[in-house]
Amino acid sequence: MIEVKGLVKNYGAIRAVDGVTFSVKRGDILGFLGPNGAGKSTTMKMITGFLRPNAGTATVDGIDVTADPVAVKRKLGYLPESAPAYPEMTVEEFLGFIAEVRGFRSADAKRAQVDRAIGLTHLAPVRKQTIETLSKGFKQRVGVAQAILHDPPALVLDEPTDGLDPNQKNEIRALIKSMAVEKTIILSTHILEEVEAICTRVIIISQGKVVVDETPAQLRSRQPGARLDEIFRTLTRGDI
Amino acid sequence: MKQICPIFKREFLGYFRAPVAYVFLIAFLVISVSLAFSRYGGFFRAGTAGLESYFVFFPWLFMFLVPAVGMRLWSEEKRSGTAELLFTLPVTTLEAVLGKFFAGWAFLALAILLSFPMACTIGYLGSPDWGVVLTTYFGAILMAGSYLGVCSLTSALTKSQVISFVLSLGACAVILFLGFSSFTDTLEKTLPLPVADALANFSFITHFDAFTKGIIDPKDVVFFLSLTGFTLFLNVVALER
Repeated sequence: MIEVKGLVKNYGAIRAVDGVTFSVKRGDILGFLGPNGAGKSTTMKMITGFLRPNAGTATVDGIDVTADPVAVKRKLGYLPESAPAYPEMTVEEFLGFIAEVRGFRSADAKRAQVDRAIGLTHLAPVRKQTIETLSKGFKQRVGVAQAILHDPPALVLDEPTDGLDPNQKNEIRALIKSMAVEKTIILSTHILEEVEAICTRVIIISQGKVVVDETPAQLRSRQPGARLDEIFRTLTRGDI
Repeated sequence: MKQICPIFKREFLGYFRAPVAYVFLIAFLVISVSLAFSRYGGFFRAGTAGLESYFVFFPWLFMFLVPAVGMRLWSEEKRSGTAELLFTLPVTTLEAVLGKFFAGWAFLALAILLSFPMACTIGYLGSPDWGVVLTTYFGAILMAGSYLGVCSLTSALTKSQVISFVLSLGACAVILFLGFSSFTDTLEKTLPLPVADALANFSFITHFDAFTKGIIDPKDVVFFLSLTGFTLFLNVVALER
C-alpha cells in the first residue's frame, strides 16, 4: 500500500533523511520510532507530499507522490505534528471545511462525514466551541478527526497520542487499532509501550537511516530481559 | 479548480470570525470619509457632484490598509502550521493561492462598496454622472486586487506578519510613488524622458486616474490584471520552492 524507496531530504548542508526504504501493507500498523531530529516527521512529510524529496520515491496505492501529489493526498489522512487547525473556527466549522475540500459538498454528505468523525473521536461535547478554547487533548482529537474524516485507505499520524492523558491515549489507541483491519497506518511516537500495545511492526530511525525494521516481539528479543528503552538507547546511540 | 470554492469560503468567513474584519471596515470607512471631508479632500468645496475628492486618496490608503488585509494570508498559515494541513489536503498550490486571494479581494471589494452612502450623498445633493461613479468603483476594486496580489506574495515569503506587512508596504509604496507627480518630476530630471515615462507607467496612480474620470481604458485594465496575475504566479512559485 505505502512503498518508500531511498528517500533523501537535505536541509542545506544537513541530510535529515538518508535513504529511508520500507513498505507497509494493508492491515499493518507501523510504529515509527526515533529520537527527536532523527527524521521521522520529515519522512512523513515527504510521504504525504508536503515536502519534496531530494531523491527517492514514495508511492501510495501505486501512485507516486512526486508525480501526482493531489491523487496521493486524496488517499491519505494525515495528522501533522501538534495537530494544527484554524483556531478561530469551531470544531464543526473546521471539520465541515475539511469535508468540503475532501469532496463532500452537499449539506447531507458533509454532515454525515462530520458527525461520523465527531462520533469516533468523542468530540460531541465541544463541537460548537472554537478550537482556540480547547484543551490540548481535544485539539489533538480534532486533528485525528480531521485525518479520518474521509475514511481514507491509508493514515499517517505524527504523534497521535501526544499531549493526551492516559485515558484519552487508550481511547485513541483503541480507535487506531479498530481501524487497522481495512487500513494501512503509519504512526510516529516517543512512547515505546505504545508500539508494543498497538503496532504490528516497528521501524527505528536514527540519523536519517532505518536501523531496525521488525515486529515488536523481535525487537524485544534482541536483548531478552532488557527494558524497551534500553534497547532503544543501544540502537540509536549515534544520535546522542 | 472547484477546490477554490471551499478555500475561498473559509478564508472570507475567517475575516469575520475574528474582529479583524470589523476593525478594518470601520477604520477604512472612517479614514477614507474623513480624508474626503478634510481640507485636503475638499469634498464640499469642490462644488461638483462627484466622488473624485473621495477616491483620490484611495491609492494612498490602500498602501497601508491592503497590507493589513494581505499580511496574514500566508504568514499566519506558515506560523501556525496550518500550511502543512492545507497542503496535505487534495488541493494544488494554485487553487490555494487563488482561493485565498479571491477571498481577500472580495473582502476589499466589500469595504469599497460599503462607501455607498457617499454615492447616495452626491445623488441627493446633486445630479452626478453615474457612469463616472461606476467606473471609479470598478477601477478601485481592480486596483485593490493588484495591491492585494503584491501583499499576498510578500506574505508567502515570511512566517512573520510584521515582516510581511513592512515588505508589502515597501513594495506598494515603490509602485505607488513611481507615479506621484513630485517624484516623477525628479525622475524626469535625472533619467532620460522615455525611461522616466516608462517607470511612471508602472504606478497605481497613473492607471487609476483614468477610471476616476469615467474612462475604462483597456490599457489600465490590462495593467492591473497583469500585475495581479504576475504577483500571484510568483506567489505560487514562492510557496512551491
